[in-house]
This record gives sequence, C-alpha cells and structure tokens, in this order.
Amino acid sequence: MNIQSLIGMASIIAAGLTMAIGSIGPALGEGRAVAQALSSIAQQPDEANTITRTLFVGLAMIESTAIYCFVITMILLFANPFWDFAITQAAN
Amino acid sequence: MQFNPDDIIFWQYGFIRINASLIFTWLVMTLIVGMSIFATRRLSSNTEMTSWQNFLEVTVTGIRDQIQEVSQQPPGRYLPFIGSLFLFIAVSNLLSIVPGYKPPTSSLSTTTALAICVFVAVPFYGVVESGIMGYLRQYLQPTFFMLPFNVIGEFSRTLALAVRLYGNIMSGTVIVAILLGFAPFFFPILIQLLGLLTGIIQAYIFAVLAMVYIASATAAHEPNLNNTTDSLDHPCGIHEEEL
Repeated sequence: MNIQSLIGMASIIAAGLTMAIGSIGPALGEGRAVAQALSSIAQQPDEANTITRTLFVGLAMIESTAIYCFVITMILLFANPFWDFAITQAAN
Repeated sequence: MQFNPDDIIFWQYGFIRINASLIFTWLVMTLIVGMSIFATRRLSSNTEMTSWQNFLEVTVTGIRDQIQEVSQQPPGRYLPFIGSLFLFIAVSNLLSIVPGYKPPTSSLSTTTALAICVFVAVPFYGVVESGIMGYLRQYLQPTFFMLPFNVIGEFSRTLALAVRLYGNIMSGTVIVAILLGFAPFFFPILIQLLGLLTGIIQAYIFAVLAMVYIASATAAHEPNLNNTTDSLDHPCGIHEEEL
C-alpha cells in the first residue's frame, strides 16, 4: 500500500469518525436545552421572548461545536494538506 | 466542486485579485445602500408614508429594541455597528436563493473580517465608556491570575465567531451541492429553505453575540458605582465567560 492510499484511507475514516462522534454531543446538548426551554415556557409563558432569545443564542453556541467538526471534516476531504503534500511528492 | 468563492477569480493583476467574495460583497453593499437611499429620499413625518419608509422604520425600531433588551443600555451608540453587521449578514445570506449568487459569508475571509471588526469594537466601546485604565482593569477580574485566560478568551471567541458563521453558511452550500448529486429533484429545495432560516438565525446570533461582548466590556464597571446590581447586569442571562 503506497503513501497516497494510506493518507486517503486515513482521511476518509477520520472524516467519518469526526462527524459521527462530533455530532453526538451537540445533539444531546441541544435536545436537553430545547426540552428545558419548552418546560420553562410552559411554566412562564410571559417570559417566552427572553427564553426564546436565550435559547437561540445558546443553541448556536452548542451547535458551533458540531460546526467545528464539520469544518474539520471538509478540510480532511477537500483541502487535505497531507494529501497535497503526497501528490506533489509523487509528481516529483 | 467549487465551494470557496475566494477561488473564483474574475480579474487579476499581480497580487491584486478580484474574486467572487469581493464582487458579491460589493453587490450586497450596493443593494443595502441603494435601497436605503431610495427609501429615504421622500421621508415624511406624518402618518402618510411610503411602504419603503414603513419597512425601514420597522427594521430600525426592531434592531433598537433588540439592542436595548440584550444590553440593558440605551441603544443609540451601538445601533450603527450592530445594525450594519446584522443587515449585511442577513442580506448576504438571504440572497443565496438567487441562482448564481455565492454568499460572501461562505468564505472564511469575509467572516474573519467581520469577527475582527467585533474584536476591535469591543475595546473601543469599552475604552470610550470607562477609560483605558478602567477597561484594562477588567482583565484582572476576578483575580490577577485570570489575566491569561481573559486574554485567550478574547481571541478564541473571535475565532469562534468567524468559524461559526462560515461553517453554517458553507455547510448549507455543500449539502445542497452533495444532494444535487443523488436526489436532484426535491430535497435541495428543502435544504435551501432551511438555509434561509439558518441564514437569518446566524445573522441574528452574530449581532447578538457582538452586542453581548460589547455590553460585557462596557457594563463591567457599573457595579462599582452603584451597588444595586441584579441579574439585569448580565445581558441575556448568560454568563459572559461561557460565550
């Protein structure tokens, strides 16, 4: 197995693992946050505006961890520096 | 696949290159400024007004109310900066349903520039509010040993601001491109609809977070002046360190 196939295989497996593991945590966190916000709105409907705004900002915070994983995956798949290095080395 | 609008180059002379991000940023700027000029040409102060003026008044009043609620301070000083951020990001995300348009916010350069604007604006508003020493003193809160963490937090939240906006908008583009490959009939439209929602929410979140950061830099010295602090001093009810 040459170096390109090794790098390609490792990148694809790592990308899949990054998305899989990286989305579990934010999914659980967002579920908890939304459930808590819904029960808070049910208890205090007058505060729905504040709760909703805080919820959105909080959800964006939680979601950004998943987004970081997604960006890493995109880098691994489409802009992999090691892959470019291997290709230029093979060309020489 | 061409995901990055920075790579689409229209014109190049030496190291100066005009790429798609620049072109579409200019397009969005012209659109916002042109529509505002068009709408404010014939302003009226009585109840007879054009629908354009009505639309602009609703927008500006809404932004003012949001700033007021988030920062618990008079919104006038922050309105130009926060309002421009929100309107620019919202318009450049919403236009992504126009065919051929690539949102400039799906390039990391644009979002980094916006985040650096926030990074510069936070000390600016802080120094204007409480003086240089007063602003610098809050890096020593609660103790002297927190100084490195406060400084790191300043940089990491700027990075997070840039990557969050970039990742959200870019992911919409990428998912549509991938879905076009194997389910080209119906699903890309749904994802684009979701992208519109995400675009507005991300613009809102970018503006609110910028406001929260600025408010935490300007409101930090108020508890020393009057000891009547309550939970209102924490904008959004979220602790600033968490952000």
